Amino acid sequence: MSKINRRNFIKLAGGATLSGLSIGFPFVSFGATHKVVVVGGGVGGCTVAKYLRKLDPNIEVTLIEAKPKYQTCFLSNEVLSGDRTMDSLTFGYDGLKKHGITVVHDRVVGIDPNKKSVRTAGGKSFAYDRCVVSPGVDFKWEAIKGYNPKVAETITHAWYAGPQTMTLRKQLLAMKDGGTAIIVAPPNPFKCPPGPYERAAQMAMYFKHHKPKSKVIILDPKDAFSKQGLFIQGWTRYYGYGTDKSMIEWVSGAGGGKVEALHAKKRTLVGLVDEFKGDVVNIIPPQKAGKIAFDADLVDGDWCPVNKKTFESKRHAGIHVLGDASDAAKMPKSAYAANSQAKVAAAAIVNALNGREPGTPAYVNTCYSLIAQDWGISVAAVYKLNESTNIIESVKGSGGVTPMDASPKLHRQEVIYAHSWFKNVVHDMMG
Amino acid sequence: MKRKAISGVVVLAVLGGSSIVQAAGPSATMLAYTCAGCHGTDGSSVGPATPSIAGTDPTYFTDVMIAYKKAERPSTVMTRIAKGYSDEEIEAMAEFFAAQKFKRYPQKYDAAKAARGKGLHDEYCEKCHEEGGRNPEDSSVLAGQWIPYLQISMEEFLNGEREMPKKMKKKVNTLIKKQGKASIDDLNHFYGSQK
Repeated sequence: MSKINRRNFIKLAGGATLSGLSIGFPFVSFGATHKVVVVGGGVGGCTVAKYLRKLDPNIEVTLIEAKPKYQTCFLSNEVLSGDRTMDSLTFGYDGLKKHGITVVHDRVVGIDPNKKSVRTAGGKSFAYDRCVVSPGVDFKWEAIKGYNPKVAETITHAWYAGPQTMTLRKQLLAMKDGGTAIIVAPPNPFKCPPGPYERAAQMAMYFKHHKPKSKVIILDPKDAFSKQGLFIQGWTRYYGYGTDKSMIEWVSGAGGGKVEALHAKKRTLVGLVDEFKGDVVNIIPPQKAGKIAFDADLVDGDWCPVNKKTFESKRHAGIHVLGDASDAAKMPKSAYAANSQAKVAAAAIVNALNGREPGTPAYVNTCYSLIAQDWGISVAAVYKLNESTNIIESVKGSGGVTPMDASPKLHRQEVIYAHSWFKNVVHDMMG
Repeated sequence: MKRKAISGVVVLAVLGGSSIVQAAGPSATMLAYTCAGCHGTDGSSVGPATPSIAGTDPTYFTDVMIAYKKAERPSTVMTRIAKGYSDEEIEAMAEFFAAQKFKRYPQKYDAAKAARGKGLHDEYCEKCHEEGGRNPEDSSVLAGQWIPYLQISMEEFLNGEREMPKKMKKKVNTLIKKQGKASIDDLNHFYGSQK
């Protein structure tokens, strides 16, 4: 009655070896050393680099990242309220070096899938057996007339944590009481779906304590958003949402929230119906895969199609794309998702380089948003792959958001678990 | 039986075995890797509140996950997450984490509380939570566990949200009667102080 055929047997043997590895029986591979080049040192890139070495110490891993330090985008909204410093979001790559990973600070300008080689702006080239591309998102600047990278130095996106996060914080500090801060939210899909709405809460938290006559307006092209019921509940509890003294106002797409143009000098946003003037303006533009994904011909439309069992590109064999740049539907573009996808990709690459079939993947996402200092909300999901449709589906009956009737105590716990998630996901990717 | 005595080789065999039973499912390693974003690489949390689950007694791990699944234990995200796994997958993860070494990371603790807690532990807790809470028989590892998590757990036990095992209930009640409620936090700090 055994259903174990040869193909399955190889799979099972692979699985057993992986299990063995994790408890200290490294798989010994013979012959030439395999080389993996990882492009991008964010959550996806760092995690895949670390787990490749963990699963097969014989693989030579090189990670190429332009920036000398990594600043987490997650929890960077807390910098806007003053609850967190940029320093607390800044991490070096030394942890990865300790795992035997070669970290190169350079910018990748091309990937040749035939010669299996990665080229950098610094004029170096790196040969690979497998390449992993995890560049994050880039912005569709052209979507909002008058907005561009130069203007963004003063009218920030702050959608990558960095100097713009601090610029935005300083603008809030300098704003007069009674002023208006405007957040322009992007259309789906985009990195960190609850992010703009958490940002509104963190800005309102600062206003509540320091500039109580001020308000935040979110201009949104959408009519619904992530964790909406919970955000509105939290905004109502802390920031008077829905009253005439509300510190947060959300203008939906149907309500005229779609922004078409910016007059940078006047800090005025042109919507379909109205114009909106802000004392502080923050524009989170529509998004697409990071530049290298386009340069390396890995995209179909805005994102990179992949086999979700392995995250191998459907455009070019031997290249894996993960994190925000990949089309990993129905997983959201989040740090936890990138971390989880990276482990699926690492296991698949180790199997492939050692002549084994890929195993069955498992994925999880957990994402917290902080509405007030003692009020956190979350979404969690456990996913499996539907191999026939290539869609990552949430396991029926599992996952979901914080219950609407959760107690204040539970919301307080979500804050401390959010901070724990932050420390652990950073440590898991680069510690 | 002391589960601690199971050798790595036996655990490997169990893992291999469980993979064969669920040929179509993800490996124990693959499943367990998805927990690391909150519970740390291989189940050793760097804190400050998510518990380390490395080294947990596998039967206890399975019981806890099934209790989460049935919403019989208070949780924030864990009920939502536990519902995503079959009992067999939970058992596979249990074996994986039981085989992981519990890594202790330094944390802040109150030295006076920890010192009082040591005496209280020896008197009230050591019989089950042996070796100062290092031995995870029928529980998770207490020694080196994150203090905020221990505080949340003990609060849940004391206000009845979580049911204490009979023996524990008796000991905890006697402890509170003789030493006062604050003594519970002395224990939390004692366990958290273990290196």
